[in-house]
Amino acid sequence: MAGSSANDAFVAFERVQKSYDGETLVVKDLNLTMPKGEFLTMLGPSGSGKTTCLMMLAGFETATHGEILLDGKPINNIPPHKRGIGMVFQNYALFPHMTVAENLSFPLEVRKVGKSEREEKVKRALDMVQMGKFGGRRPAQLSGGQQQRIALARALVFEPELVLMDEPLGALDKQLRETLQFEITRLAHDLGITTVYVTHDQTEALTMSDRVAVFDDGRIQQLASPDVLYEQPQNSFVAQFIGENNTMEGVVQEIKGDTCIVKLDGGEVIDAKPVNVTKVGERTRVSIRPERVEFNKDRLQPGAHTLKAEVLEFIYMGDIFRTRLRVAGNEDFVVKTRNAPDQVRLKPGQQIEIGWLPEDCRALDA
Amino acid sequence: MSDASLDAPVLSADGKPLKQSLNQALRKQKIRALILIAPLLVFVMVSFVAPIGSMLMRSVQNTAGVDYIPDLMPNVVASIKDWDPRSGETPPEEVYRGMAIDLAAAFENRSHTQLGRRFNYESPGFSSLFRSAGRPVSRWDLENDGPFKEKFLDLNDDWGNIEYWASIKANSGYYTTSYFLAAFDAERTSEGIRFKDPDQRIYQKLMLRTLGLSLLITFCTLALGYPVAWLLADLPVRTSNLLLILVLLPFWTSLLVRTSAWKILLQDQGVINNFWVWLGFAERLPLINNQTGVIIAMTHILLPFMILPLYSVMKTIPPSYLRAAKSLGASNWTAFWRVYFPQTTAGIGAGALLVFILAVGYFITPELVGGADGTFISNRIYFQFAVSGNWGLAAALGTLMLVVILVLYYIYDKLVGVDNVKLG
Ligand SMILES: Nc1ncnc2c1ncn2[C@@H]1O[C@H](COP(=O)(O)OP(=O)(O)O)[C@@H](O)[C@H]1O
Ligand SMILES: [Mg+2]
Repeated sequence: MAGSSANDAFVAFERVQKSYDGETLVVKDLNLTMPKGEFLTMLGPSGSGKTTCLMMLAGFETATHGEILLDGKPINNIPPHKRGIGMVFQNYALFPHMTVAENLSFPLEVRKVGKSEREEKVKRALDMVQMGKFGGRRPAQLSGGQQQRIALARALVFEPELVLMDEPLGALDKQLRETLQFEITRLAHDLGITTVYVTHDQTEALTMSDRVAVFDDGRIQQLASPDVLYEQPQNSFVAQFIGENNTMEGVVQEIKGDTCIVKLDGGEVIDAKPVNVTKVGERTRVSIRPERVEFNKDRLQPGAHTLKAEVLEFIYMGDIFRTRLRVAGNEDFVVKTRNAPDQVRLKPGQQIEIGWLPEDCRALDA
Repeated sequence: MSDASLDAPVLSADGKPLKQSLNQALRKQKIRALILIAPLLVFVMVSFVAPIGSMLMRSVQNTAGVDYIPDLMPNVVASIKDWDPRSGETPPEEVYRGMAIDLAAAFENRSHTQLGRRFNYESPGFSSLFRSAGRPVSRWDLENDGPFKEKFLDLNDDWGNIEYWASIKANSGYYTTSYFLAAFDAERTSEGIRFKDPDQRIYQKLMLRTLGLSLLITFCTLALGYPVAWLLADLPVRTSNLLLILVLLPFWTSLLVRTSAWKILLQDQGVINNFWVWLGFAERLPLINNQTGVIIAMTHILLPFMILPLYSVMKTIPPSYLRAAKSLGASNWTAFWRVYFPQTTAGIGAGALLVFILAVGYFITPELVGGADGTFISNRIYFQFAVSGNWGLAAALGTLMLVVILVLYYIYDKLVGVDNVKLG
């Protein structure tokens, strides 16, 4: 995957399985390789096994089956404290009985770094996260965002090559989250650190990562860069999970190379791009992004199929307009249009016709 | 903002000072709270604080039976004031005369034996001296039979012993320090106050033993309880609740029963020793009627008081701290010692305080399994109270114990900080 073979990969999961209770597999056959310096995000709903994967990499859980390699070497038998992996936890896990500076100094002390070098590195790490003035405070005297900055500095201060972060921003408010998202990516790239980042927030995953691994049901559903993930979801789970998405179900009527014709359950016929349908008569779920729906016939290909739609609701959202339509019996069909000077503002009750470019409508598994 | 406006009291909307309005608003709440706790308050005052206060007062009250010494011996007390024991001479005739009058009156009330008992606490011998003098003195003609000094000496040579008279003089007020002196193993002689010979200092020895054994027991409960509490805090709630019941199980059995059980286990022909012999050892271990027995039994009995506060503190420490420490490169031991342990000190403080204070006051267990060298100060207090009838000394020892505990608590507060102690 992604061109890098398992040999020169920095982190590699090979056919890893994990079960806690001996009855169900929480992680089923995980294969993943990461080159050095990559920022990879594990994205998925709660309970999909992301934390478990991270904990296996960190050494706090052992894989039931399979092998995890770090820099080419199997690490199954190396205890966590010898792996040299930095970790950032969701609840920060700053030691409450130590000051901020003592917290940062801790990983250096256990590595027997000299006092002056320690102070130097702590200072540099604090400056790096713009917390230089807070060395003498206790964690309890800091806000959530400040605590997470310190936790980040602490995970980086001993210069690990690999850093794991488990929903580090989950407890923060939106604005702070956005600032820190930016800071984390900047730091990771500046320092050239390989990062595995776990989140259930898709915006976070898309904006921060080089690649995103979408988890569901203990498997990676798709591993790709954010743009590919958004524009070319490989299955309906990914299409549903990433971004907003209109779906309709039907049967494949005809496949012609890069396009196919799908007959919806209501009898209407549409153009689509076959993604994981292979033969005529197969059931499929088609997926189309709200911003790729056209209601200006001139922009469609000649001979393109269109659908009749009734406008149910028009919501003005500032930068965009969000219009809800009834299409082929589906009352939650959403169209998003940019607020441009020449943009049409539809009115509830209006009857229109909609269509799309065949490559924007993906015929996925049902 | 100017300084004046900072200093001026803040006013509420109706112009009254805000503090005053707030107090008024809170007063109703306070009264209601007071009414709610009133029954308990009255109960505690009547059945606990008042009796203990009066008990503690006995440590300084100079009484025989229910009466104060100066009321029982007004004539002796009045005349002995001018006598100086250091003169080396027996008191003047006036004092003997007073003694004759007071003894005769006491004999009428049958209280002369109580007087004897009271002074017997000071020097053994008083009891028989007073008891045997009662009847003869009551027959004397107090107006004409003088001088009484010779008559007393005829009854018993001890009436000429200056130490005895010095004792009476020293304890002629309404209040006395002699019980506290005794509690400190000190005594008053005609030359002044001094400690008793080292081999007679029983209370110092008992006090040190009580504190020492209690400390040792506290350490034992900590050493045994810490891992258990940690295990309980780490397990899933369902399992830990079950195990917690096992920890609490001993509370459902009477202390007396548990101690008796230990007696059976520890005795020479008991289960443990039989097992020991079965293992092939020739000598049976002396496990009972000594300090070993007390340490074993009390460690077991007090263990829950250590485990529970530790557990409740450990429960609040998320496992991610230890993980964070290890991910930062700390070995298991370093992670425990530098990250986990410091966060449990509040629980250790609470558990240690609880166990130590309970242990210091323990009575039944040392009494039953302690033998001669395993008894605590409380056993001695009980002895003075119930067997010797020397309530004054018992009260003085009790007061002393209370003071020692308060001083230790103060030191503890300075060292650990009681605010840091978490009981649950
Ligand atoms: N220590 C554990 N013991 C037993 N089951 C666990 C444990 N940790 C997680 N699980 C289970 O494994 C599954 C995956 O959990 P997790 O890896 O935490 O998912 P995520 O981080 O994606 O939310 C969940 O069903 C969870 O209940
Ligand atoms: Mg998780």
